[in-house]
Amino acid sequence: MAKVLMKGNEAIGKAAIEAGCRYFFGYPITPQSELPEYLSSELPKVGGMFVQAESEVSAINMVYGAAAAGARVLTSSSSPGIALKQEGIGYITNASLPAVIVNMMRGGPGLGTIQPGQADYHMTVKGGSNGDYQNIVVAPASVQEAVDMVMEAFDLADHYRVPVIVLADGLIGQMMEPVEFHYVPKWDLPEKDWALRGKGDGEKHMVENLVMEARECEEWNLAHYRVYRKIEEQEQDWEEYKLEDAEYAFVAYGTVSRIVKSAISQLREEGYKIGLIRPKKLWPFPQKAFDRWDGQIKKYLDVEMSMGQMVQDVAYACNDKHKIEFYGRTGGIVPGVEEIVVFAKKIMGGDK
Amino acid sequence: MAVVFEKTKALTDLKMHYCPGCAHGIVHRLLAECLEESGDVKDAIVAVPVGCAVFANKYFNFDGIQCAHGRAPATATGVKRVQKDKIVITYQGDGDLASIGTCEIVHAAARGEKITTIFINNGIYGMTGGQMAPTTLPGMKATTAKNGRDPAVNGFPLRVSEMLATLDGPAYIERVSVSTPAQVTQAKKAIQKALEIQKKGLGFTFIEVVSSCPTNWGMTPVKAMEFVREKMIPYYPLGVYKDITAEGGK
Repeated sequence: MAKVLMKGNEAIGKAAIEAGCRYFFGYPITPQSELPEYLSSELPKVGGMFVQAESEVSAINMVYGAAAAGARVLTSSSSPGIALKQEGIGYITNASLPAVIVNMMRGGPGLGTIQPGQADYHMTVKGGSNGDYQNIVVAPASVQEAVDMVMEAFDLADHYRVPVIVLADGLIGQMMEPVEFHYVPKWDLPEKDWALRGKGDGEKHMVENLVMEARECEEWNLAHYRVYRKIEEQEQDWEEYKLEDAEYAFVAYGTVSRIVKSAISQLREEGYKIGLIRPKKLWPFPQKAFDRWDGQIKKYLDVEMSMGQMVQDVAYACNDKHKIEFYGRTGGIVPGVEEIVVFAKKIMGGDK
Repeated sequence: MAVVFEKTKALTDLKMHYCPGCAHGIVHRLLAECLEESGDVKDAIVAVPVGCAVFANKYFNFDGIQCAHGRAPATATGVKRVQKDKIVITYQGDGDLASIGTCEIVHAAARGEKITTIFINNGIYGMTGGQMAPTTLPGMKATTAKNGRDPAVNGFPLRVSEMLATLDGPAYIERVSVSTPAQVTQAKKAIQKALEIQKKGLGFTFIEVVSSCPTNWGMTPVKAMEFVREKMIPYYPLGVYKDITAEGGK
């Protein structure tokens, strides 16, 4: 298929359809509204269903029902809307159901701003619902990558029976880039024999959330964590950029990683040996990347559109909090190349 | 020996956890019998609430999902949109439906979701131990309204059937009770009708059951049923509030 020029939000919608998603439940919010708008007209064309819910809370609970009924299902929102969805994300997680949730992040907290941000890292990666749980979190840095990751997200969700969150900053949703769509299923997935579709002549299906006995609830949680350990082993994903001779490494994801790459070009022209570790999944965090390069890296330069929500994960990954320097902008400000270069030089001094 | 009565196979043999005199058992049985008699047990999916009926999915012998508090109509919407040919039912109490879930029930009704909601209105939070519900009558005592509900402080009860009947989405709305044998018979007819209308795909159907809570009302089961007849039903009159299948519609 030839490349087509598409806006990020619409490309995500098309990617979902290509991956076999036929159900979307959502609610308008900037900067992701083009996604529900696109799917409201495209899903019916392929026999699918778009429902504009009365709230984010209802939308995610519709997702809960559709996922329980065995469908590939999508919802999307932006930061304050995702905050509202957290209850439902917890229920979906607890019931071991697959679903894909897109968060086109904007600046916060509260109503915040409609400009892009990355300050939902804690809410998404650490869990914004109650209880012990993790969600797989993928972090695209381009429209093409958003397309590929959305397709993979449906496979990951079905394979592990977990919700997958696509965590993108608002820029990814708003920018236009050439994209192509090649959905190749990652696994040969089994029939969803647990899904609610009426018991027919067989045993009844139950999707449950309340576990009255503490011991049983602990067992339930531990079963989830056995899946999480598997995911941590199998699904770490990252990009290594100009690390071969690097003595310093930026750590950045999403749009910021692209700005950081421009900064790296400039710094390398001046002789600095600096590269980038870009997490493509934020959970599981790419521990293996740090294990691989930590020996030669003197300092990690964490750059984010937040006040440093990823820093703790970088510190844990390299096991030395003194090796981390942070630079971030908040409240919807996208950092420029120049300020990142200045920050990096301040850390590296004349160390070329 | 001829069998003259058998428990419906649409209920499991699990021992229900409901208190003595609780009407959940009656309404569970009515719903189960209706589905069995129409041959729809194999196609039924129930969305259960947070509240005393949270384990109802274990008692019904068909598919079920435990929903977040108040969200059953949204979750049932998701189920029904995917499983279009199945019978999807929400079973909810008044704390669940008329308080935290008001938004979800109103919009499911307004969309005309082709589901059936069974709404148990007993004017109290049962599972959490007798707190004031949105449907608690003025003057009625609750653990969060120890001197009785004072409308000056707590406002007034919600009449959900009347409220939903103003919408265009619902196809059938009836308020019934189960405090007398005659009422039980009528309640079963209402549930049957609602399920038939769902099968025909005519719209949203809603059966409100004015019920009791002997434990949290502090009454014997008999006294509680008397209270239903003498106090609850005058505030929540029984009857059909919407029926698009009636002559000329209603």
